Amino acid sequence: MSTSAKTRIVGSSVPRKEGVDKLMGRARYVDDIERDGMWHGATVRSSIPRGIIRSIEFDPRIDWGEFAVVTAADVPGENHIQLIFADQPCLADGQVNHCEEAIALLAHPNKQKLREAVAAVRIDYEPLPAVFTIEESERQDVIVWGEDNIFKSFLLEKGNVDQAWTGAAHVIEGEYRTGAQEHLYIENNGMIAEYNSAHGVTVWGSLQCPYYVHKSLMAVFGLPEEKVRVIQTETGGAFGGKEDFPSVLGSHAALLAMKAGRPVKMIYDRMEDLAATPKRHPSRIRHRTAVDANGMLLAMDIEVATDGGAYSTLSSTVLSRATLHSPGPYVCPNVRVRSRAWATNTVPYGAFRGFGAPQAIFAIERHMDEIAAGIGMDPIELRRRNFLQDGTTTATEQVMREHVIMDKLLDRALTESNYYARKTQFAQENPASAIKRGIGIAAFFHGSGFTGSGERNLNSLAGVDVTSEGKVRVLVSSTEFGQGTNTILTQIASEAIGLDIGDVVMALPDTGIVPNSGPTVASRTSMVVGKLIQRAGTQLVSMLHDKAGLEESFTRAEFFAACERYRAKLGDVVSLCRYEPPPNIFWDDQKYRGEAYPAYAWSIHVAQVAVDTITYSTEVEDFWAVQEVGRVLNPVLAGGQIEGGVAQGIGYALYEKVVWQNGRMANNQMTNYIMPTAEDVPPIHVLFEEIPFMHGGFGAKGIGELPHDGPAPAILNAIKDATGVSFCSIPLMPEDILAKLVVASSIEVAATV
Amino acid sequence: MNPSWPSINLRVNGEHHSLNLPPMKRLLDVLREDLHLTGTKEGCGEGECGSCSVRMDGELVNSCMVPVLQAQDACVETVEGLACDAELHPLQKAFLEFGGAQCGICTPGMLMAASHLLAHNPTPNIAEIRDGLAGNLCRCTGFIRIFDSVIATIASNAKSQQERNAR
Ligand code: FES
Ligand code: FES
Repeated sequence: MSTSAKTRIVGSSVPRKEGVDKLMGRARYVDDIERDGMWHGATVRSSIPRGIIRSIEFDPRIDWGEFAVVTAADVPGENHIQLIFADQPCLADGQVNHCEEAIALLAHPNKQKLREAVAAVRIDYEPLPAVFTIEESERQDVIVWGEDNIFKSFLLEKGNVDQAWTGAAHVIEGEYRTGAQEHLYIENNGMIAEYNSAHGVTVWGSLQCPYYVHKSLMAVFGLPEEKVRVIQTETGGAFGGKEDFPSVLGSHAALLAMKAGRPVKMIYDRMEDLAATPKRHPSRIRHRTAVDANGMLLAMDIEVATDGGAYSTLSSTVLSRATLHSPGPYVCPNVRVRSRAWATNTVPYGAFRGFGAPQAIFAIERHMDEIAAGIGMDPIELRRRNFLQDGTTTATEQVMREHVIMDKLLDRALTESNYYARKTQFAQENPASAIKRGIGIAAFFHGSGFTGSGERNLNSLAGVDVTSEGKVRVLVSSTEFGQGTNTILTQIASEAIGLDIGDVVMALPDTGIVPNSGPTVASRTSMVVGKLIQRAGTQLVSMLHDKAGLEESFTRAEFFAACERYRAKLGDVVSLCRYEPPPNIFWDDQKYRGEAYPAYAWSIHVAQVAVDTITYSTEVEDFWAVQEVGRVLNPVLAGGQIEGGVAQGIGYALYEKVVWQNGRMANNQMTNYIMPTAEDVPPIHVLFEEIPFMHGGFGAKGIGELPHDGPAPAILNAIKDATGVSFCSIPLMPEDILAKLVVASSIEVAATV
Repeated sequence: MNPSWPSINLRVNGEHHSLNLPPMKRLLDVLREDLHLTGTKEGCGEGECGSCSVRMDGELVNSCMVPVLQAQDACVETVEGLACDAELHPLQKAFLEFGGAQCGICTPGMLMAASHLLAHNPTPNIAEIRDGLAGNLCRCTGFIRIFDSVIATIASNAKSQQERNAR
């Protein structure tokens, strides 16, 4: 079926599949589940950033016989979490490398006694020197990881950057920084585990990627795959924060369950979740750009540095995405990106919506405004002259084969926001007002799916089957955590087969039932897994045509009757499909060149801000998000993804500051880590252009991460428009604005005197 | 039965309960653990997120901040009491249609805050809606579709009022 063909269900705002359960309070999140004889688990954590563990002492005033106690010595298999490299211990063994690192686990039926017991475990340390920032790690006088503190480095090269400087009309430099950001899903991390020697390990929990947890549990317990079962429970928000960490918590709960000989539930409270779980990688990105007299980009020399924290987790892939997005959606003949992820002694940083792209897009899109100012050109015009177009190549020499419509998106954003009229109006009003208004934009792309050869390596499997109760079930390990997986995939399956949405259900996300359709990350579900489900649906129908006499056109009853005939003759009615890379997609890992992503989503954000020059607070007053994400499968859900991402991006820019003290998050409460509330979000105008992508589920590309990339640069560009001052670091707090505006105004005063 | 604990009488969603409980036990835990009403969620345990919001004697409270002793003889309404039999409450219908719930964890609290708002002010404007929901954090939606859902509820309430009047 062609991607733009008329559809019945895809493209319509079918209500959220699990919506009624959520609205009635019936949906079962992990903390809503009880198991017979269940105990509670808790974690004893490191209080220092780095040091040797001399001893673990258990206060004799506690009757430890009542407790299950687990330390590294109890790990039956490998004491490592299996992500990209296995460097992170499941439980610290002999040394700690960050504050809040797990050292021991306790379980008991009574939560109060458990809290007292955690406080009664004393760890004796021999402290070691620690590093806390990219700069300290770069100095390499204290080595805290490997031989050089470097988790990963990349070199991306196109053309010859070094020859471009001399002939350039302008060379513009800038340095941009982004801070850590907390996911702040409203449901904290939590898991329940059971263990018995006959069946092995079962865990239920709040998680994105059942097979990631499965892989870690197999290693930690030394068990074969059939003896490990991972079941996702309703998940109250994730945003990447439940991609890597559930492998840690799942292992902890399971170790306690084994030791206690009974089910164990571990639910973090907010303070523990904030202090001990991963956040977005802080970054420092430097740009040096050569531009000709007409504003055409001649060369980009980019240096990306990220802070990865104490263990490598996903730092290498986050760095890769940051590297690939750092040149932005522009054509440039000469590009060099040198990037490194550095180890420090903080909680390991992990996946967070955008996965390195928000950092990179912040830098390039702020920098484009700096270039425009430096060469005296309208920032809109500068971008327009340099946009990627059909047939041009990216920094990795990927040819733009799919239609690129950045010009059109830009025009639409300018018109909808009335950009130039507002800009003129603010320029007139600002001099006489203590409130300075401004308007700014960001232009960006976001690669859909895994980077480079990632999807090939994942080799995902997904499909549908038909139950004897007369329902089609979607079989995927792709999970729902608010983004709409259940709804989108059942829409695709019912469309492809020719049934109603009510005839299709999701199989329980249980590794004992569903195949490995890959992790639920990287904006890949609609595009990659959606396509697998579309193919599996079509394949099911032709199977029934061939083997069970289903006619060309059929009613619902005829369809299910054919399924029963098939079942009687041939057994289970199942149709599975494996990922097939789109043709002409090739990525060279060695040279770091080729088709970095099968497709890109494209977007323009426009932000209008008001900076109060008395309180130095900034309000985002209005926001426009125009994007091309392939086919929009469900307009209500898609709009919700964009709005939610924009709100998080606003938080990233202006509200959300992690305060560090000795490598520990000091403000680990909702009282002092502040996210935007119902009173802070502006109206968000969401506009889609649709160009169906042939290799995505009914034409879809990725959508989930895209909206987090643009708000921060658009907002800081608007603040520059409002105040005339460039800010190059986020989060941008009132005190930062105060510091710079006061300096700027004293210079102004000095100049006029 | 612990004789040092008081006996607490309270009405939850119209149903009367008499429970022997530690007086400082949080209302949130009583609802979830003793009454098995797990629709009310804990997001922070410190009165900041509103996911534990319930109505108590007509007031909107964060049930994580209420020792059960304070709920003695109170009438408590939770998300489980919103729908009438199988018929969704107008707010629930609107949240479903307009995308007011994504991951759903803030939703029970958000619905209670919204129903509290409409009980006091049946036709709030957008500023009043924002103000009424300011104590409830949602990390998924950016709030926009929650506002849309409340606005749609106001319209549908007005319509059913008109129909009733016409009869
Ligand atoms: S759990 Fe009660 S306000 Fe957050
Ligand atoms: S819907 Fe997820 S927090 Fe509101």
